[in-house]
Amino acid sequence: MADVKKHDTPQCDELKNGPWPSFVDDIEQKGLSGQQACLDLLGQLELSYTHKETHWKHGGIVGVFGYGGGVIGRYSDAPEKFPAVAHFHTIRVNQPASKFYSSAFLRKLCDMWDHRGSGMTNFHGSTGDMVLLGTTTDQLEPVFYDLTHQMEVDLGGSGSNLRTPSCCVGKARCEWSCLDTQAICYDLTQTYQDELHRPAFPYKFKFKVSGCPNDCVAAIARSCCSIIGTWKDDIRIDQAAVKAYIGGELKPNAGAHSDRDWGAFDIQKEVIDLCPTQCMWMEGDELKIDNRECTRCMHCINVMPEALRPGTDTGATILVGAKAPILEGAQMSTLAIPFIRMEPPFDEFKEFVDKIWDWWMEEGKNRERFGELIQRQSLQEFIRRAELKPIPQMVKEPRSNPYVFWSEDEVEGGWKRDIKEFRARHAA
Amino acid sequence: MDLKEIREKLQEDWGDLPSFDITEVINKPYDPNLAEQLYDPKKPMANRVTDIGPPYFEQFFPEVIKKNYGKWKSHEIVEPGVIKYTSETGDVVYAVRCGSPRLITTDTIREICDIADKYCDGYVRWTTRNNIEFHVETEDQLRALMDDLKGRKFPGGSYKFPIGGTGACVTNIVHTQGWVHCHTPATDASGVVKAVMDDLFEYFGSHKLPAQVRIALACCLNMCGAVHCSDIAILGVHRKPPFVEDDRITGVCEIPLAVAACPLGAIKPATVELDGKKIKTVRVNEKRCMFCGNCYTMCPAMPLADMEGDGIAILVGGKISNRVSAPKFSKLVIPYIPNEPPRWPSTVKVIRKILETYASDARKYERVGEWAERIGWERFFEKCDIPFTDKSIDDYRLAYDTYHTTTQFKWSVHTDNL
Repeated sequence: MADVKKHDTPQCDELKNGPWPSFVDDIEQKGLSGQQACLDLLGQLELSYTHKETHWKHGGIVGVFGYGGGVIGRYSDAPEKFPAVAHFHTIRVNQPASKFYSSAFLRKLCDMWDHRGSGMTNFHGSTGDMVLLGTTTDQLEPVFYDLTHQMEVDLGGSGSNLRTPSCCVGKARCEWSCLDTQAICYDLTQTYQDELHRPAFPYKFKFKVSGCPNDCVAAIARSCCSIIGTWKDDIRIDQAAVKAYIGGELKPNAGAHSDRDWGAFDIQKEVIDLCPTQCMWMEGDELKIDNRECTRCMHCINVMPEALRPGTDTGATILVGAKAPILEGAQMSTLAIPFIRMEPPFDEFKEFVDKIWDWWMEEGKNRERFGELIQRQSLQEFIRRAELKPIPQMVKEPRSNPYVFWSEDEVEGGWKRDIKEFRARHAA
Repeated sequence: MDLKEIREKLQEDWGDLPSFDITEVINKPYDPNLAEQLYDPKKPMANRVTDIGPPYFEQFFPEVIKKNYGKWKSHEIVEPGVIKYTSETGDVVYAVRCGSPRLITTDTIREICDIADKYCDGYVRWTTRNNIEFHVETEDQLRALMDDLKGRKFPGGSYKFPIGGTGACVTNIVHTQGWVHCHTPATDASGVVKAVMDDLFEYFGSHKLPAQVRIALACCLNMCGAVHCSDIAILGVHRKPPFVEDDRITGVCEIPLAVAACPLGAIKPATVELDGKKIKTVRVNEKRCMFCGNCYTMCPAMPLADMEGDGIAILVGGKISNRVSAPKFSKLVIPYIPNEPPRWPSTVKVIRKILETYASDARKYERVGEWAERIGWERFFEKCDIPFTDKSIDDYRLAYDTYHTTTQFKWSVHTDNL
C-alpha cells in the first residue's frame, strides 16, 4: 500500500453498502492508491457527518491571470487535521457540446489531474462543465497552461460571467431535434469568450439549447436565455405505423412502460384525449391533426415515435429569464420570440442578445438576474428594449387589473391641460 | 445541414482556433513538466493561450453518430437502460445508459475509458443527468458490453455502472456538492443521493412507474441544481438566522453589500462598541429572516450553518418538459426533516412513500405534478400521509396566486372533523 494515512470514517463507510455506485468506495480506493487528498476529503466528510455542518470555508478569490472566472477558491476549516485538502480549489473546464468524448482526451485529462490535483472530479457540474475538484493555488496556472497547450481546451464560466453554454444531444442522436444544438452551443461559446472569462455583467447569465419542447437540458427552468427547437409546418404522420400502434405491433412510448401491464394501447385514451388542445381525431383508421391548433407539446410524438415526427420547417422558440429562487423567487423563462431560424452565423439571434445585454448592463443591479430585471422593470420594458412586437403568445392571459402605464405620446392631445378650460366646463 | 456543412460554416468564423482538430495534441503523452517551462510568473503573458473555448464536438462523435447526424428516424427502449436508434440510412445504434454518482475519481474515468476502448471505438458520452452512455452497433456487442458492465463492482459491493435511467423510471438524481465541497450547504448531497438511490434502486432499472420521475437535490437555497422544477426535490434548508461576527465583519465584508443582500430588508447597518472601540457592523431583524442565506453568500462573517437548524425540505410536482401540461414549479410539502447522516432514513422513507403513492394512484403518462393537480393537493397530502402545515402556504412574492379562491374543494382528512 502506498504511504498514505486513512482516517477512521465509520459513517462514510456505511455508504459503501447498497447497490447504487458508492462515491465513498471510489474515493477511498483512489486514496489508498496513493492520493492522500482523497482520504483527507473522506476524513473531513466524516467530520461533517458528525457535526452536521460543512467544514469548507467561505470563498477566497483565486484565479488565473487575465480571467475573472473558471476557478473557485475553496479552503478547509480543519487544515491541521486534513492538510491535503487545506487548499482544495475547483476548476471548471468547458465541456465539448453535448458531452461526447474520446477516451484519449479523457485519459490525458486524468493524467494531468492526477499530477496537478486531487484526482477528484464532478462529471459534470450542474451547468455542464467538467469540474476538477481540489488543487492548490500554485497549481492553478500550470493547470491552465496544461489545459490550453496540451489539451486545447479552455476554462468554463463562474461568477458574474456568461456561464458555459450547454445543449442536449440534438441531431447527433435524436430524431426529434429541430436544431443543430451542438453548432449553436459551440458558436455561442466562441462568440462570447470575452463575456465568459471576464466578468462584466450584473450577475451570471446562462444560455441553454434544447432541440425540442421535451427540453432535456431544462433550458426553460434554468437559463436566462432558453433556445428550444420547434417547427412551423405539420407533424409528419406515417399512417401505417399509427395502425401498428393501434394493433399492438408497436409498443407505445418506445417501450417506456414495459414493466407494468397497462392493458392494450388505446389511442383515444392515451393520445387523443390527452392532447392539450384537442386537435387530433380519428377518421376511420386514419389519425388526423389540425396542426394550426397544435401547441407542439410533443405528447403524441413521444407516445408514437414510429408514427409521428416533428415537421421539417424548423427553428427555435426563444424564452428568457429563468432562474432558481434566490432572490426574488423561482422563475420560468418567458416567451420572447416564438420562432427564429437558427443557422450559422446566427446573426439575427445575436442581435437580440446584444439588445437585451445592453439593457441588463445599463439597468441591472448588482447580483440581479436577467429574469429579475424583467420582473422589476416589466415585460413591456423588455419588449421595448429587445425591439420585439407584443403578441398574445407572450402571456398566459391578459392582465386582470386596469392599471395601464399609458405614456403621454399615446394619449390624444398629450397631458398638458389648462385647468381653467376644465373649470369652464365644470364648476369646482 | 449535414455535419460537413455545419463545420465549414463554423470554420469560416472560428477556423483559426485550435478546437476543430485536437487529435495531434491529444495523442501526445501528457508532459508533466511542460507547464513549468512555459509559465513564467514574472512574465505572466508569456506563452499564455486564452479564449480558445471548448474542443469542437464533432471529433468526439462515434462514426455511426457522425454518419447519421440529422438522419435518425425513430427509437425504441429495448429494455431498461438500452435505447435503440434507427436511422433513415438503415443504421442502428444502441445507447446503453449507466448511473453514476457524478462525484467520481480519475480512476473511475479511466475505467470508463477502458470500457469505451473495448466496446465503443473509444467514445463515450455523459447525459445532462450525469448518466454515462456507451454506444454499440450490434446485438452481440450490446450483450458483451452489458455483461461486462453488470460485473463491475466496487469492493463494498455496489455496482460501478448500473444500467437503467430510461422510460418510466427514477433516473439519476441531479445534485450539488453538499458537505463534500461547498461552503454554504444546509445538508450533504452525495450521501443523501446515495441513500435515496439505494432505496429506489429497483425503479432505476425498470419501467414500472406511470411516467418518468425526476428527483433532484440542492444542498441550499442557491439551488445549483435546477431542483425547483423536479417531480421530487430534496432541498437543504437553514432555520436559524445568521450570526454576526462583530470582530471580523469589517475585515471581510463590505457592509453595504451585506445590507443589500437581504431581500426582506432585515439587515441594517449598526455601530457597536467592542473592546472600547466603535466598529461598524450590522444587526439582523431575526423575525424577518427567511433563512435564504444570501447574506452569508455576500459576507463570510454571517454564517448560518447549524447542526440543529439545518435539514431538508421536500418539494414535489415540478416538471421541465412541455409535454401535455406546461412546465411547473415544485411545491413545498414538507418544510423540514432533520439531517440524519449517513443514511437520512426519514428523508428516504418519505420519498418512497410519495413515489409509491404516486405509482399506485396516477394514470399512465401522468407526472407527479399532474397527478397531484388532478386529485387535488388536499388529496395529495391525505394519500401520502403528510401533515399539512402553514409552512406550505406561500407568504413571499406573488403568494396570492397560490390561494384557493373558489368553493370547489374536496372533502379530505383535513375537513372530516368539521
